[in-house]
Amino acid sequence: MKNDFRARNHPAYWAFIVHRASGLALTVFLPFHFWALGQALQGAAALDGFLRWSEEPLVKFAETGLVLLLAAHMTGGVRLLMLEFLAWRDWQRNLLAIAAGVSLVAGLAFALNVI
Amino acid sequence: MNRRSQVLLWGAQRASAAVLALCVVVHLVTVIYAVRNGLSAAEILGRTRGNYGWLAFYALFVAAVAIHAPIGLRTILSESTGWRNPVLDGLALAFGVALALWGWRAVWGVFV
Amino acid sequence: MAISVLRVSVWRGAESGAFRTYEVPRLESQTVLDVVTYIQRSLDPTLSYRFACRVGMCGSCAMTVNGKARWTCRTHVANVTAHDRLEIAPLNNLPVIKDLVTDMSVFFNKLAQAKGQFYGSRTRNDDFARVPPDSPQRREADAAIECIGCGVCYSACDVVKWNPDYLGPAALNRAWTLVNDVRDTTHAVRLAAVAGDAGCHACHTHMSCSELCPKQLTPTASIAGLKRMTLAAALKKAL
Repeated sequence: MKNDFRARNHPAYWAFIVHRASGLALTVFLPFHFWALGQALQGAAALDGFLRWSEEPLVKFAETGLVLLLAAHMTGGVRLLMLEFLAWRDWQRNLLAIAAGVSLVAGLAFALNVI
Repeated sequence: MNRRSQVLLWGAQRASAAVLALCVVVHLVTVIYAVRNGLSAAEILGRTRGNYGWLAFYALFVAAVAIHAPIGLRTILSESTGWRNPVLDGLALAFGVALALWGWRAVWGVFV
Repeated sequence: MAISVLRVSVWRGAESGAFRTYEVPRLESQTVLDVVTYIQRSLDPTLSYRFACRVGMCGSCAMTVNGKARWTCRTHVANVTAHDRLEIAPLNNLPVIKDLVTDMSVFFNKLAQAKGQFYGSRTRNDDFARVPPDSPQRREADAAIECIGCGVCYSACDVVKWNPDYLGPAALNRAWTLVNDVRDTTHAVRLAAVAGDAGCHACHTHMSCSELCPKQLTPTASIAGLKRMTLAAALKKAL
C-alpha cells in the first residue's frame, strides 16, 4: 500500500514537488530556448522576427511563468544545497519561506517590467 | 555503474547546481533589466556581439546545465519507470550532449 | 446521555482486500490501539494486528492512521478523528501479511545491508573505550541513536516506494550513528554500503520521515551527513 496526499501534505514535500515540476518544465523549455536564440545565426532580422512573436500577451504571460519557475528552482536548489552541505541547524526550517519569497520577488519584478 | 561513479555523478549534479545558482542570478537580473521597454535583437546582440565576457559566461552556463539537467532527468526517469539499466544512463548522456551542442550553438549565434 | 460512536474503517485482507467499517463506542482518552483492540475482542475476532508494550516504547503497534504512519498506542482518537471517523490501515511500503500486520523482513534486511551493526576491536580483557559525550562525533551519533526500528519512517518515505532497492531512512540513520562511533572498525565498508543510487544519494529531502518519527529524530539530517562523508570518500578514492 502506498502513501497518498495526507502523508505528503507538509512544507518540505511541497518544496520537492515545486522543485521537480519546475526542473522538468525548464528541461523541456531549454531546447526551444536554444533554438530561438540560435535564430541569430540567420541574422538579427531572424531573431527579431521571433521576438516580435514573443510580444503576444499570452507569450509574455508564459515568460513570466518561466521566470517564476527558474527562480523557484534556483532558490529551492540553494535551500537543498544548504541542507545537504551545511551542518544541520534550526534556522534552516525557514529556508523554505525565504526561497519562496525570493522567487516571488523575481517573478514580480519580471512581470512589472514587461507590462 | 559502480557505487563510486554513482556518488561522483551525484557530486557533479550538486557542483553544477552551485555554478548554476550564480549563473541564474546573473541571468535573471539581465533578463529583468533587458525586458524593460521591450526586447529587440539589436539590444540583445548589442550586448553580446563580440563580447568575450558574455561568451565565456554563457558557455559556462550551458556546460553547467548540460551536466545538471540530464542527471536529474535520469533520476526522475528511473523513479517513474522503475528501470535501472545502462539504457537510461545512455539516454541521459545523449541528452546532455545534445543540450551542450544546441546551447553552444546559440551562444555562438549571439556572439558572431 | 448519548454515547457517541466512532465509524472506523479497517483494512481487511492482504495486498488485495478492502476496508470494512466497524462502530466503536467513543470513550475519553481513547487511543487508536484501544479502538483496534475493542474491534478484535468485541466485534470481530478474525482481525489481526500487532502490539506489545502499549505504552510507547516498543514501536510494534505502528499502523497507518488517516493516511499517516503512527504508533497507535500513542495516538489519541481525539487528536486524529474528524466527524467521529477513523481510517486504519497497515504500514505502507511493506508486504501485508494479513489485515494490519506487515512483513518487516525487508526493513530489517536493509538495516543489515547498510551495515547497521557495531563491529568493535576490543575484548573484555581491554580497558573501556573512552568516548567524550560532548565530542562532535558523539553528539551527532547521540542525536540519532534513539531509533527503535518501528518502521514509521520507512512507511512514510516515497523514495522507498519509487526505488525498491533504497535502504530507507531508518537503516541510513542507524549507519550514521555507527560512522560516528569512534570505536567501530568497519568505517570504510559501511560508507561503501550506504553510498550510491540505492543509498543515501537517493534521498530527495522530502522529510516525511522526520515529520512522522515518533521519537522526533531527523533521519534527513543523518542522511545529509552520509552524503557529505561518502562524497569526500569518493573524491579521495577511498570509496
